[in-house]
Amino acid sequence: MSGEQTVICRCEEITEAEIAAAYAEGYRTVDELKRKLRCGMGPCQGRTCMPLILAQLARLSGKPLAELAPPITRPPLKPTPLEAFRLLEHDPEAEVLAK
Amino acid sequence: MKERVEVAIIGGGVVGCSIAYNLARLGVKDVAVYEKSYLASGSTGRCGAGVRAQWGTEMNCRLAVAGIRSFETLPQELDYPDIEFKQGGYLILAFTEAQMDQFRKNVALQNSLGIPSRLVTPAEARAIVPHLGAADLLGATFCGIDGHSNPFKVTDAYAKAARRLGVEINDYTEVKAVAVAGGRVTGLETTHGRVQCGALVNAAGPYSQVIAAMAGLDLPLYSQRHQVLVTEPVGPVQNPMVLSFTHGVYCQQVPHGSFIIGVGDPAEPTGYDIGHSWQFLADISAKVNYLLPPLGKLRVVRQWSGLYNMSPDSQPILGAAGEPANLWQAIGFSGHGFMLAPVVGRIIAQMMTGQTPEIDVHRLDLGRFARGELVLEPSVV
Repeated sequence: MSGEQTVICRCEEITEAEIAAAYAEGYRTVDELKRKLRCGMGPCQGRTCMPLILAQLARLSGKPLAELAPPITRPPLKPTPLEAFRLLEHDPEAEVLAK
Repeated sequence: MKERVEVAIIGGGVVGCSIAYNLARLGVKDVAVYEKSYLASGSTGRCGAGVRAQWGTEMNCRLAVAGIRSFETLPQELDYPDIEFKQGGYLILAFTEAQMDQFRKNVALQNSLGIPSRLVTPAEARAIVPHLGAADLLGATFCGIDGHSNPFKVTDAYAKAARRLGVEINDYTEVKAVAVAGGRVTGLETTHGRVQCGALVNAAGPYSQVIAAMAGLDLPLYSQRHQVLVTEPVGPVQNPMVLSFTHGVYCQQVPHGSFIIGVGDPAEPTGYDIGHSWQFLADISAKVNYLLPPLGKLRVVRQWSGLYNMSPDSQPILGAAGEPANLWQAIGFSGHGFMLAPVVGRIIAQMMTGQTPEIDVHRLDLGRFARGELVLEPSVV
């Protein structure tokens, strides 16, 4: 399944065509594409779209998938209400887990 | 990559790209930028992206207001569709009498320089930001021309405009050594080969002291991590940036709908760590619960960090280094380089081409530290 309007990043609604256009403009890595288009920057943090983006980047660049640098994974991994972190600093269990 | 350039600029952040564009605009041929990763990958792309005129020293006020006027016209100047510049103002909170005194002085200084800031009461502050908590608020200052912009887009706009004027931008090209002979920088050794240069500009942000050391110059600068988070996007509810020096917190809602919230931790060790900590989430959660309680319901999607490049008086170092003679610097921005980049790019380019700079920045030279002429900026997060 492929086409101009195929949505690759559902959170930010970025299409395959937009990624191809940005690549042609000179944004050649996942890190650059993310910052140009916001693809992979939404609530799913790339869990859904990043394999698709990397696969498209592999096709566009002719490089094997294994050679493409994936983006840095940043906490908190799943969208988490800010207030949920409030008690962390008083919770000795949390300190153990963090180490 | 060219083997010889007139001006070599180290650092592909917003400052380096702005200097490159402005040098080319003033007719300098053969300008090149060297960036070790992708453009805006360092402090620029990691910053809180605030743009404010509400400063506490005359120099910062003059530079910052000129910066704001530049952001207003940047899309036209650089022929770039949108830099997401939102002028929703800055609301700066005061919790102590000492802060109120300082803010009264700041507003008087700002008003004398034509900056439309004003003192507001807690009730007025709550009318400006209805979800403001901050039960112990004594007062605040507000300036409606302040705001924030998108650092990736601003850097991209400068880089594209610079390239159209013939600037060579070398990303993924790290400078490994600076060659100095007879008191002058003669060239660079990079991961992609050597280049000779007529002049060198240090715009390396948090690594500026590392680059300076390669040229034999010892700088009184250090770098320090600052952490930031971004939430899921929601409908527009907060117009101004909210800032508390007491809590070291800044909080804005970008046009995309996400909230960006950062905290400066005074206990943060100096260095080059750009990792993240859970303590930051705990700290910011408690502070937001006090300052802007409803925002606690928003879901955090990502946290990251970047480096401030701190100078002893929290003001940048601008201009010629003196020794080596052809080394120029735009460094030590102490957390407010993004907002100053448009005006600093012009000033450095004006100085390097022998023009009188539009704002006299001789007091921001490197020599001020040896002379003991520090003007401490009181309004830094």
